[in-house]
Amino acid sequence: MTLPTEKRTLLTVITEAAIEQTLLRDLDRLGVRGYTVSDARGRGSRGVRDAAWTGAANIRIEIICPRPQAESVLEHIQKRYYANYAMVAFLMDVEILRSEKF
Amino acid sequence: MDVVVLFFLLGLAAGLARSDLRLPAALYDSLSVFLLLTIGMKGGEGLAKQALLPLLPQLLAVVLLGVLLTLIAFAVLRHLGRLSRADAAATAAHYGSVSVATFAVGVNWLMVRNIEFESQLTIFLAAMEVPAIMVGIVLVRGIGRETDWRALAHETFLGKGVTLLLGGMAIGWIAGPEGLAPIKSLFFDLFKGVLALFLLEMGLIVSHHVSDLRRNGLFLLAFGIAMPLLSGALGLGCGLLLGLSVGGLTLLATLAASASYIAVPAAMRVAVPQANPALSLAIVLGVTFPFNILVGIPLYHRIATQLVGAIP
Repeated sequence: MTLPTEKRTLLTVITEAAIEQTLLRDLDRLGVRGYTVSDARGRGSRGVRDAAWTGAANIRIEIICPRPQAESVLEHIQKRYYANYAMVAFLMDVEILRSEKF
Repeated sequence: MDVVVLFFLLGLAAGLARSDLRLPAALYDSLSVFLLLTIGMKGGEGLAKQALLPLLPQLLAVVLLGVLLTLIAFAVLRHLGRLSRADAAATAAHYGSVSVATFAVGVNWLMVRNIEFESQLTIFLAAMEVPAIMVGIVLVRGIGRETDWRALAHETFLGKGVTLLLGGMAIGWIAGPEGLAPIKSLFFDLFKGVLALFLLEMGLIVSHHVSDLRRNGLFLLAFGIAMPLLSGALGLGCGLLLGLSVGGLTLLATLAASASYIAVPAAMRVAVPQANPALSLAIVLGVTFPFNILVGIPLYHRIATQLVGAIP
């Protein structure tokens, strides 16, 4: 059986909960139609981000969209946030159903 | 030493010993909601018994006090501490603003000893939270167009802390002592127990920041103690001008000496991203908060008692 899937790009951003609101406003402005936000914790170059309280909390934002849009969003957040915030962002190819949604 | 402070020390010791004691983040949030509402209602209940208009000049005085503290802290950090402009301004904003947790410990300290204090101290708490944030941002960026003041004002004035404090105050003011009677057993009678649990978590949080202290050098360590002493003195001076009682003086000194560790870091992270948040939090949480609850509050009270005794 072959499902009629299509290729899209998944952009994942792991960053400080402190900038959630600002970042989501940016996404809206860049025309992103949907995203998922979840709480996250981990360790990286900026130390342990263990979410023990709001000051050290991380979030993970996931966006599925066409490749060009994912790249322009990634470019924007790289310019605006990479220098000053704890942030990891990456792209992955994914296969989806219901192509009109993404 | 008050029993609630022992809970703080337990959390601190457990954290430093790397015990796996960890309270759920949701509990910390719930406890802070409880404390903010209770402090707000207590203040509102008292305010219902007095005229509000005469309080306006007092409010202006404490707002100016907050602005003054921010400017002093900035000058010291920038010129004596040689911090970058962004770091100095962000850290100064922490010290110009206030800490609800420190205030709650002060309220508890006075309640345990049956010392009265004026109800408007709760409004002072709410009023002193925000101005320092604005001053801190202006110190870094000037009053430029790049700051989105509307979004910033929305986030700071309608942040969780100010909303719950003012909301609780409104509830207490509207309901009055009789209206509050049905919920008194939850909010007022349990205040000390909830504060104890909250301070256990604070001890754990502080222990995470103590290890950052070594990186910051002796100057900042000294600043973390000297600044609250200076601010506390200015708070006492301001309180004398306003004619507060010994309890009120103690609390205003505590407010002035306390440094914010929730509202200000969150606002600064967004508004002044180039400042290093670990630096400010290490001295605010690692030095100033423990100093105030262990040494500061009893000290401010002793000085307040002598001042009131000396000035008939």
